Amino acid sequence: MKALTVRNIVVGALMVFLALVPVYSQMTGNVFLMTLFTRIVILAIAAVSLNLIMGFGGMVSFGHAAFLGIAGYSVGILAHEGINSGFIQWPVALIACALFALATGALSLRTRGVYFIMITLAFAQMIYYVGVSLDRYGADDGLTIYRRSDFAGLINLSNKTTFYYLCFVCLIGTCYLVWRIVNSRFGMVIQGARSNERRMRAIGFPTYRYRLTCYVIAGVLCGLAGILLANHTDFISPATMHWTKSGDLIVMAVLGGMGSVLGPVLGAVALLVLEEWLPHAIAVAGQLITGKPVGAAKEYWALILGPMLLLVVLFARGGIDGLLEKFRRD
Amino acid sequence: MTDTLLAVEGITKRFGGVLASDGITLSVPAGELHAIIGPNGAGKTTLIGQLTGEITPNGGRVMFGGEDITTLPTYERSMKGLARSFQITSLFLDFTALDNVALAVQAHAGHSFRFWRNARSEEELRAPARAALERVGLSHRADTVIASMSHGEHRQLEIAMALATRPRMLLLDEPMAGMGPEESAQMVKLLLELKKQYTILLIEHDMEAVFAPADRISVLVYGRMIATGLPDDIRANPDVRHAYLGEQEAVVIDG
Amino acid sequence: MLLFIEQSLNGLQFGLLLFLLAAGLTLVFGIMDLVNLAHGSLYMIGAYFAATFAALTGSFVFAVVLALAATLIIGMAVEVIALRRLYGRDHLDHVLGTFGLILFFNELVRLIWGPAGLSLPLPSWLNTSFQIFPGVYYPTYRLMIIAVALAVALILYFVVMRTRVGMLIRAGASNREMIGALGINIKLLYTFVFGMGAALAGLAGMMQAPILTVQIGMGENILILAFVVIIIGGIGSIRGAFIASILVGMIDTVGRAFLPDVLKLFLSNAAASTAGPALSSMLIYLVMAVILVIRPAGLFPAASK
Repeated sequence: MKALTVRNIVVGALMVFLALVPVYSQMTGNVFLMTLFTRIVILAIAAVSLNLIMGFGGMVSFGHAAFLGIAGYSVGILAHEGINSGFIQWPVALIACALFALATGALSLRTRGVYFIMITLAFAQMIYYVGVSLDRYGADDGLTIYRRSDFAGLINLSNKTTFYYLCFVCLIGTCYLVWRIVNSRFGMVIQGARSNERRMRAIGFPTYRYRLTCYVIAGVLCGLAGILLANHTDFISPATMHWTKSGDLIVMAVLGGMGSVLGPVLGAVALLVLEEWLPHAIAVAGQLITGKPVGAAKEYWALILGPMLLLVVLFARGGIDGLLEKFRRD
Repeated sequence: MTDTLLAVEGITKRFGGVLASDGITLSVPAGELHAIIGPNGAGKTTLIGQLTGEITPNGGRVMFGGEDITTLPTYERSMKGLARSFQITSLFLDFTALDNVALAVQAHAGHSFRFWRNARSEEELRAPARAALERVGLSHRADTVIASMSHGEHRQLEIAMALATRPRMLLLDEPMAGMGPEESAQMVKLLLELKKQYTILLIEHDMEAVFAPADRISVLVYGRMIATGLPDDIRANPDVRHAYLGEQEAVVIDG
Repeated sequence: MLLFIEQSLNGLQFGLLLFLLAAGLTLVFGIMDLVNLAHGSLYMIGAYFAATFAALTGSFVFAVVLALAATLIIGMAVEVIALRRLYGRDHLDHVLGTFGLILFFNELVRLIWGPAGLSLPLPSWLNTSFQIFPGVYYPTYRLMIIAVALAVALILYFVVMRTRVGMLIRAGASNREMIGALGINIKLLYTFVFGMGAALAGLAGMMQAPILTVQIGMGENILILAFVVIIIGGIGSIRGAFIASILVGMIDTVGRAFLPDVLKLFLSNAAASTAGPALSSMLIYLVMAVILVIRPAGLFPAASK
């Protein structure tokens, strides 16, 4: 059983909190909270999938948001063309992600380090431009999805509470799957390849095929997040796969802690909650200090996030995980 | 008559204008402990690179067990039974000693496309790993993280990793690098023991250290094999003394 | 035919601008081993400064000079305050740290100059056409960009290959510790190199400014193309960056101009109008992918360190 450390308690409490959000939302009538946390849970899935290749595999992809877009557009385009059945949309979206991951991964994984970062960025940009050029499907303005994925009455995605729990279950499922993968023989190969690829080859592992497989798995898991995101926002646009969104996912993983499966969940929650409430806090504080209303506080967010990232990189590299681990008595 | 396990036939390698390997020829019969010695810059690293597959020779062949492995990728050579240890310790620093060796076992225990079962609970992997650690005398350190182990223990672990891959031949790259006299003596003892079971190619800088375990010695200078033979013959060989020991003799005479 | 010449020259001009960006990136990466995503921000800042100074002073040339100086100073300040702590760290740390800088600069620019963007109008003496062949006219300004960029490329070549400073730069690229041991002030060298990279980026930004608008985020799109240049050309190789920039510039520009028409030869009009723009955007990345299949290390990879 896992040790009862401060960090584990915090993570446990967070998961309980996430499970109870709809209950709280119902009691207080605060619908916005559930909307916000649906988004957080979905992006947490994406961040966990990224961390599989990044934290455990050492493959820093700056193009992971491409899968959010590919899956989203699969759902959106099919819906636009009259195919609303989730039984068709979802597999198509996941397969599209798998194929893109296979094709781009096959090329990108022949490189390492900086090259790999740049190439994944380039491929994601390519897909972004494809999205922008799709005039029939809204191009830059995006595509509205009028009906959520239809599962023939099995589950009603239009019900906000039902949808939230679907996302939450997907998050739990993704985390469990990643946890099993990471500790399996396959996971050992991936972690070994991150740690010392030369050594891996010397003892007899053909590392390329394992890393490529891992890359595809991560792409498909992120595709799941993309499907959910498209349903959640009832909308898909190229902005979803803009390279800055890939950067956001990386930030979530690093901020939470790249060394654990659940770290990115912490990061996603922390980042998005900060993004939502820090401007409020600034506005309130600003009002108190200056006595006058402080407008456009949300604009200061990026001004703070930027340097904050640099500080995290320099002083808190282990993320929230790392900070919480400090409470453990050695 | 024992068969030749490793045959190096006229290996040459150029880097730009530098001839790092100049027609090296070597033949190691099964069961032999063959040492290659040479001063720094002799081209030992380049030679090992060509034997393990990290470097492709410009000319010549490498034959292992009768098969031409000259262009075979590194991981496949390991599968054929050629294991190596690294001169500069190359391990998985965040893992424990047991994890490290278990990975080496795993590489030769079928494919690793298994995503579910916890690898650390697989006795099929852990038992041979523990046996390899036992062989080099590191059983008591099985659950220690590599980063917390001493340099000497790292060197022992390098050997354990090689052993765990069930090789036919060990290619040991300066296993005694950075070790004090006591630790080196222990390593020599280990080598004498391993000799009974494996063919060994031992690359070393220090001639004295290889005298006891080696059946035959080859001397590499500036990319060329200048002599091969029994240890006593090599010691007495004037070319070897000149090229390799020459400076030391001069120091003795003058000082 | 005329259109082809015009597009080819546009491609050359765009390629040379890409080179200015890529050269700065490659220098910084080659010497300090620093992955600088914020390079595009310096491109943007150069453009903003130029537009502002032009509006203030009324003189285009004066504005460019001032803006270059300002970008150089900002570049060196960023290096001293923020980036120098990243040296020697994992590349992921660089990516994250400089990503943070991008967010910061984009927001800062928005707060100072507003979200709408600026424009940098050409002075009348540059807003003319030049007759390159009898009957063939091409905008003077674009020709000037080509000339300036080529001149800078030559100066860069000269400095890196023929001067003492350049020798230090090249030596530093292949052996950092050695340079330190020689007693050369490494910190100063690095700050200088970074400043040079920043100035190159800013120059590219301000030269491009009159042709496209000056807006937030302009740096990132072209930065990614600069990455493509480096991937194709080979990291650490300035010569590779030069050849790859021209290649990328030409393929992207000429491709966008003619691909839809070429497609019309093979596909129906309707299919060509849908596929055309999509494929044009993808074209350069597809080329990159093909090159990577054949040469994973790029066309002219620099000798390994």
